[in-house]
Amino acid sequence: MSTSAGRILPEVTAESRDFWTGGFDNELRIYRCRSCSGWFHPPVGACWRCRSRDVGPEVVSGRATVAAFTVNHHPWFPAFPPPYVIAAVELDEQPDVRLTTCLVDVDVDKVEVGMQVEVVFDEQDDVALPFFRPVTA
Amino acid sequence: MSFVDDRAVITGVGQSQIGRRIGRTGIDLALEAAERAVAHAGLSFDDIDGVASYPGPVNAEGGFVGATTHDVRDAFGLKTRWHVSGVETSGQAGTLLDAAAAVATGRATHVLCFRSVWEATAQASGRAAALTDKSTRAGGHSEFRLPFGAASPANWIGMYAQRYMHEFGLTRDQVGKLVINARRNAGLNPDAIYRDPMTMDDYLGARLVSWPLGLYDCDVPCDGATAIIVSRKEAAAGLANTPLHIEAAGSALYQRHTWDQRTDLTTMAAHDVAAEMWAATSLSPKDVDFATLYDGFSYLCTQWIEALGFCEHGKVGQFLDNDDYYRLEGELPINPHGGQLSAGRLHGYGFLHEACVQLWGEAGDRQIPKDVEIAAVGIGGGPEAGCMLLRREA
Repeated sequence: MSTSAGRILPEVTAESRDFWTGGFDNELRIYRCRSCSGWFHPPVGACWRCRSRDVGPEVVSGRATVAAFTVNHHPWFPAFPPPYVIAAVELDEQPDVRLTTCLVDVDVDKVEVGMQVEVVFDEQDDVALPFFRPVTA
Repeated sequence: MSFVDDRAVITGVGQSQIGRRIGRTGIDLALEAAERAVAHAGLSFDDIDGVASYPGPVNAEGGFVGATTHDVRDAFGLKTRWHVSGVETSGQAGTLLDAAAAVATGRATHVLCFRSVWEATAQASGRAAALTDKSTRAGGHSEFRLPFGAASPANWIGMYAQRYMHEFGLTRDQVGKLVINARRNAGLNPDAIYRDPMTMDDYLGARLVSWPLGLYDCDVPCDGATAIIVSRKEAAAGLANTPLHIEAAGSALYQRHTWDQRTDLTTMAAHDVAAEMWAATSLSPKDVDFATLYDGFSYLCTQWIEALGFCEHGKVGQFLDNDDYYRLEGELPINPHGGQLSAGRLHGYGFLHEACVQLWGEAGDRQIPKDVEIAAVGIGGGPEAGCMLLRREA
């Protein structure tokens, strides 16, 4: 059951399967256009920039930068005890491609725009959720 | 030049009883609002040949869908030539703009437009199941948010607000002035949900929901319906009210419909629709007498203020500092009824209703003291936005 852990898991689709399962191979997979080389998210079968249909998942570095964040104080899910940080992070490969994610291993009072973060996967059932944590090295 | 060649006008408005947990269904409230709007316009239901509503029969819980277009037209046995509902439109009043186009092109003569909610009653009766009680996984637009704990619009909009504050130095104290202004106005509105005065300490001391948004940055769920009659201009002569013209409107969306991929996170779709609207009129922001601007979250209202050109991009904090300017007696009163923050989440249509009653001079104790002829109305947030300029003939 997808909600047994007090959270809601994603409905994995043909387009999103690589995004949600790449983490089992420690890979963050984002859709990329093979015509214009642009990345985009969420995954779908066309590039919004050049409208090419020649698109598919490729592996990115997993490095990103915090573009915006919010410190959630409301207990929406048992698996996410407040306070916790939800952030929009911009991929190193292409800054205008953002993922909404949850920041982990972070002091909620120390998050700031521009913070460098890296992906860390949280395996739940048949998906590996791409959370992010501050880059330490 | 006016929207749809000035062939469509607003001829009447009505609202149902409004409150918290009043124990009536959304359909019942919609029927009451419709009766009042039709009567207010000086029409009968036999004259109504079109119906438009938001959002239609979407899969949502907790009283979000009070009544659909079919619910209301069937209940009254309306014989219509045109009807519509929809959620994939330019904000909650998107189908009202479609109604204006419908009457302008002869597809209908008098269209009943409405929005009904009964969230307070429905949620009290347990219809809002806990998020994790749902047996299905997050799909569609939720797929890439819910698994990360981003459950609420307060989270998605909180991120926008945080980036704007980071970029331009907007503070919670400044936003608080806007929230307190709404509450002050609501004190003059007998239908408002929250009418007791609010202090800055009240505002800043309320519990945080999703920083930088606190409890009073979020609107209050309520029960209530609003109906608005859009008529073909030639058919409006001799009716009860001076017709209100739609001087210009905006429904543009120039980027993807998304909460996190917009190129500039310090703007929203409000900026797209406002730019389209101003390009379609010889009027300018200085001609506007007052504004009713969506404040489902306080930050959305600040976005409308700058999107509509009442201040420069990035300068809304300085605008908010001068609260004499946007109070009821000021140069540009904003949300005379108290907005959704204090008057209740009537979900967009409340702002249109307030603009109309102010233009008609029917707002009672909260009537703007100066003479008002031009209203700016901005409805929606994030990628959902629509706006219009309403004009009463002097």
